[in-house]
Order: sequence, then structure tokens, then C-alpha cells
Amino acid sequence: MFKRTFAIVKKEVRQLKRDIRLLAVIFSFPVLLLIMFGYAVNFDVKNIKISIYDMDKSESSRDFINSLNSSEYFDIVDFIHSSSDVNIHLDQKIAKCIVVIPSDFSKKINSNRNTSIQYLIDGVDANTASIIKNYMFAATTKFNQKINSEILVRKGFKEYIPLSLETQFWFNPDLKTTRYLIPGLIAMILIVTAVITVALSFVREKEKGTMEQLNVSSLKSIELILGKTLPFIVIALVNAGLILLAGYIFFGVEVKGSYLLLLLTTLIFLTASTSLGIFISVLSDSQQVAFSAATFVSLLPSFILSGFVFPIDSMPVIIQVITYLTPAKYFIEILRAIILRGVGVSAFWDQIIYLLIFTMALIILASMIGKRKAESV
Amino acid sequence: MKSIIQFIKKEFLQFKRDPKMFALMLIAPVVQLTLLGYAANLDVKLVRTIVYDQDRSATSRDFIERFTSSGYFKIEQYVSSYDKITEVIDKGDAILALVIPNDFEKNIYSRRTATVQALLNGSDGNTAGIVAGYSLNIVSDYSQNIILNFLNRSGQKLSSVPIISPEIRVWYNPELKTRNFMVPGIVGLLLSIITLILTSLAVVKEKEIGTMEQLIVTPLKPYQIIIGKLVPFVVLSFAAITIIIAAMWFIFGIPVKGELWFLFLSSLFYILSTLGLGLFVSTISKTQQQAMMISIFAVMMPMIFLSGFAFPIENMPKSIQLISYIVPLRYFNEIIRGVIIKGLGISDLWFNALLLLLMGIVILFFSSLRFKRRLE
Repeated sequence: MFKRTFAIVKKEVRQLKRDIRLLAVIFSFPVLLLIMFGYAVNFDVKNIKISIYDMDKSESSRDFINSLNSSEYFDIVDFIHSSSDVNIHLDQKIAKCIVVIPSDFSKKINSNRNTSIQYLIDGVDANTASIIKNYMFAATTKFNQKINSEILVRKGFKEYIPLSLETQFWFNPDLKTTRYLIPGLIAMILIVTAVITVALSFVREKEKGTMEQLNVSSLKSIELILGKTLPFIVIALVNAGLILLAGYIFFGVEVKGSYLLLLLTTLIFLTASTSLGIFISVLSDSQQVAFSAATFVSLLPSFILSGFVFPIDSMPVIIQVITYLTPAKYFIEILRAIILRGVGVSAFWDQIIYLLIFTMALIILASMIGKRKAESV
Repeated sequence: MKSIIQFIKKEFLQFKRDPKMFALMLIAPVVQLTLLGYAANLDVKLVRTIVYDQDRSATSRDFIERFTSSGYFKIEQYVSSYDKITEVIDKGDAILALVIPNDFEKNIYSRRTATVQALLNGSDGNTAGIVAGYSLNIVSDYSQNIILNFLNRSGQKLSSVPIISPEIRVWYNPELKTRNFMVPGIVGLLLSIITLILTSLAVVKEKEIGTMEQLIVTPLKPYQIIIGKLVPFVVLSFAAITIIIAAMWFIFGIPVKGELWFLFLSSLFYILSTLGLGLFVSTISKTQQQAMMISIFAVMMPMIFLSGFAFPIENMPKSIQLISYIVPLRYFNEIIRGVIIKGLGISDLWFNALLLLLMGIVILFFSSLRFKRRLE
């Protein structure tokens, strides 16, 4: 058995060697993409462009504006002088937020009456908008506290803050979103490479008619499958190593947990991905169909359904159920556990089980469909 | 002219013979839009929270109540040690752990500052940041209340300190749903993927099967072959985008607020660039496998990550921002979102449309040149 499997491996490797272009794409792009996207993927909201509409122009309003200006979160791009400018600034994305200070701002503060500051936020990107909302809330509260304590001190009370919040961020103290997203990027690149190369290499043989030749040979199907997928698994594994290395060099993403565990889980994930590739190849007769199917089941779902970018918790329940069909989901959890949190297998053994079940189910389905197809021919 | 029409007919015939491909093209986008549209959601609601209340006083319970009644936090369990907190957060079962010290109530009564700890799982920096913001808002609110109570009790009138309240108004998307932002983005993404896959593969397929040579020996001129190959895709893409926009409307209830005709016109401009890119990929690849890997890695992934689809371009480093200027989807995204969400039209977005048209022409021109040279 090993001999025959090995023979197929040799044939595949020889075919791959002839296809320098494909190899170049497979090896150079993932690392390149990781470097480029690693810088691109982040939700770190800083330097928010704000415009100020100060109708008061008093000492208090200037005080408040200065407090905004001195924060690294805000960039004051413009001062506007009429309410019609508000529309223009938001429509043309000159500013993300417009701060409107009412004309009686200082008068009210000085006479100890309540007042408000209006914030008009561009809500198109709701995530950024909520972050801006939080910042604005905090900035107002801070200013409020400052004024209050000034008044209290003037009235002879001791300056006093009843409650303070001490926030600690674990695993990622400076809240860099890049570190969180890189494991997702790794999973996505790996699954795309594995699914597409495997699916296509099978369908190609089908299209060219060489699949029949392989079928009538004395090869057992397991030998054929193993032989054809092994080279791609090795390629993907090497890729994974390169990507991790690039992640370390360029983004300082260190593997906190065990490397052995990482290797093993990656191997399991790659097996799952290749079985997905095999499944697609059984279903499709042309490379075009295989490719469309492969992008639709691997590229976008691993981006959107896997928890890579969008928290699975926030999805509707039905979609949460569907995410269980995305192998990248499990692998991303594992990667985050090993790389970012450095925890052991006890924290994610269930994910490994899911991955194994997924692989088994796909292989069984694929062989059932394959058999039926073979009989109907 | 007649021969082009004949050729286009032949192309359509080929489509018809491949019903699986046809189905994938027209049905898959709707399925994808539905799935992804529901999934692509960054809204942080119901933060899984654990509480370590060392004080167990009326005040601490009142304080915790503020968190639950805010609607953002869901208290999963009460724990009684730091070890347990570590365990739960390590496992990823909670994002926030609130620790209330045992002198909480005492400090508040004796007018000293009480410090509450918020321990957050920061791995998802975006969520953690938003959660920290929510918590801070609740704490400052509570703090403010205590001061007011204190002043009340000390005989001062409530209004003796002014309260400046932030009055926040969100434009275009008042409920702050990320879905309204993501779904139009997915529309653009799907359109790009469909057109790109189709063109890049269609040409290479003829090459691989060997029918390309037959095409070359026909009296058709190269430009006629290019037009004949591209026209069916333009038609199909229009069918696809109409279906997708309708699906967006019916399934997600996101209407097109702005000028619909302008959206379609810009789509046409945009398709020029994706078809051109597809053609270009096909000229540099010998096999379909190569074509696919190149179109995924060199075209689609940059489109996903650098177009501002999910990750705001303003947050990227300057050098990456520069690269994003050459991603056509970037401009198309601005148009789609501007028209659909903000209700804008040609007067605000003409520049983006113009850029798309120019890019489309340039890309299509150069890939046709390359393609022509290949044919000859």
C-alpha cells in the first residue's frame, strides 16, 4: 500500500515541479498577503476626524475643545460656522463626527444649570461609530467631572471622585486588533490554498480523462486520495510555518503555547480542509464549477462566518448553527488559544473533536456520492 | 458585427449547457448574501460577564444591577476567587470580569474613592475596547449619582452643579447596526468575485481544452473575440447585481435610498475593471489552477482587505492606504454605500464613478492588448 501511495505522491510532485508558476503563487503570496493585510486589518480607531461648530465661543467651550484636541483620539479638521456645513461635512466624509456646542453653553454652566453638547456622528460604519460614541461619552464625562470638582472646591468641599474603574486587558494589553486578526488570516490562507489546490487537482484529472486511467489501475481509492493530497498537505504545512515566521518578524506575534500542539492541530485542520476539497471535487465536473464552489465554501465563509472578524456571539442563532460547518471556525479558536493565550489542550479539546467529526463526515459523504456517481455512469 | 453576434450567441449556448455553473452564478450570490449579511455583524450586545463580588453589600448589588439593566451585559455567573476568573477567561467563556473590592460600600459611605476592577479578555481588541467604554460610562454615571446624592444630603440643591450631558445623534444609520454597513459591501464583493471568476476561467478553459486555437483560425479579429467573450459576462453580471440588490431589499429591508440608475451605471463602470482584471489573469496563466490561485490571492483577497469593506481604510498605515488607491472596489464601495445608506447620487459621487470608468478603461485596454498579443 505504501509503495503505491508513494508512487502517486511522486507523480504529483513531478507534476507540481513542472508548474513553477503555480508553486510561485502558492509559496510567495501567502507570506506577502500576511504582511500586507496584517497592517491593513485593524479596527484601532485613532485620529478620528472631527469638525467643531462652536456657537458659544466662550472660555468654557474653548476649554472643552482643547481637551478634545489634546487627545490622540481626535483630530480637529475644521471649524464650521453654519448648520448647513454640517450636512456637507458628513456627506462628503470630511469629518466623522461634528461637535456642536450650543450658544448658551457657558452661560448655563456659570449659572449652574444643565446643558448639553451635541455630537452628530456618521453612522455608516456602525462599529467605528460606536467607538466614537464611547469616546465622546467619556470626553464629556471627564469635562463634566472637571467642572464639578472645580465648583465643589470653590464651595469648600474636598475634591472627591466616588468611584473609579481600573481596567485591565488580558492577553492583549494595548488592545491591538492586529494580533487578534492574524490567526484568522493564517486559517483563511491555509484553507483557501488547501481546498482549491486539492479540489482542482482532482477535477483536472477528471476533465482531462486521466481520472479513468487512475480508476482502472490497481490503486485503491484510499491510496489515490492519500497520494494526491499528501504533497498539498506538506506544501500547506510549510506555508503555515512561513506565515507564522512572517507574523513573528513583522508583527511580533509570538506563539505563547506549545509548538508541538500547534503542529498537530494544524495538521488536523489541513486534513479537514483537504477533505472539503475532495468533497467539492466529487460534486463538480469542471474546474470552473469546482472553483466557484470552492470560493463560495472556503473563501467568504472563512472570512465572515468563522469568527475571524465578526464575533459569532453577535450572529443570529440560525447563522451560529451554520458556522459549525466552517472548519476555519474551530481552527481559529485553537490558534487564538495557542498563539495568543498560550493555554493548553484542555481549553480547546472540543474544537479538535469537532474538526475530526467534520473531516469524517465529509469523507463519508464524498465516498457515498462518488460511488453513486460511478455506478450511474 | 454579425460575426460578433454569432460569437456571443455561441457563448450563451455554452452557458446554457453548463447548468451547474449557471445555478452557481445566480443562486449562490443570494445564498451568500443572506448568510453573510446576517453574520457580518460587529454589534457588541450581551457581553458575557462574570462577577466577583467581595463586598456583597446592598451598594455593590445596586452597582451590579446597573450593569444588567443597561442591556449590554449578561451576567453568566458569580465567582468567588481570582483563580476562577482566570479559568473562565482562559476558556473564553466570558469577556468581562468585574471585581468589586470588599471595602466598596465602606469607602463610598466614608467618601473615599472605591476602585472597581474590570478584567477584560483583550484578544478581540475591538470588542474589548467597546466593552471597556460601556463599563466606564456606567461607572461614571454611578459616580455622578453618588455625588448628587451626597450634595442633596448635605443640604445643597440638586442643581448646584451643572450636568453636561452628551446628546448623541447618529446619522444615516441611527440604530448603529453594522449590518447596514456590511450588506452593501457584500453586494460589491460578490459582484467582483462572480465577474472575476467567470472571465479568468472562461478564457483559460478554451486554452486548456485547445479550442482557443480554433477561435484563432476563425476570421474573427482579436477585438471581436474579446468583445464576444466579455459581452455575455456583462449581461450576466447585470442580472446578478439586480438579483443581489433585490435580495438585499427583500431579505434585509435595506432599500436603496439614493439614485438607483447611478448605482447601475457605476456598476457597469466597475465591471469593466473586474472583467479586465479577469482577462489579465487569464493571459498570465496557462492552466485553470494557476488562474484560480492568482485571482484569489492577487485580486480577491486584496479586494476583501484593502477596499474598506470591513476594515476602515483610515485606520491603515499610510503605505497600505496608498496601495488601496489602486483597488477599484474601494471606489465602488464608496458609491454603493453612499447611494444605498446615505442616499447620495451623482452630484456627490461623480468623482468615484469617473475614477472607476478610467480604471476600467485602462485595465481593459492593457489586458486586451496582452490578450491580443497572445492570440497573435
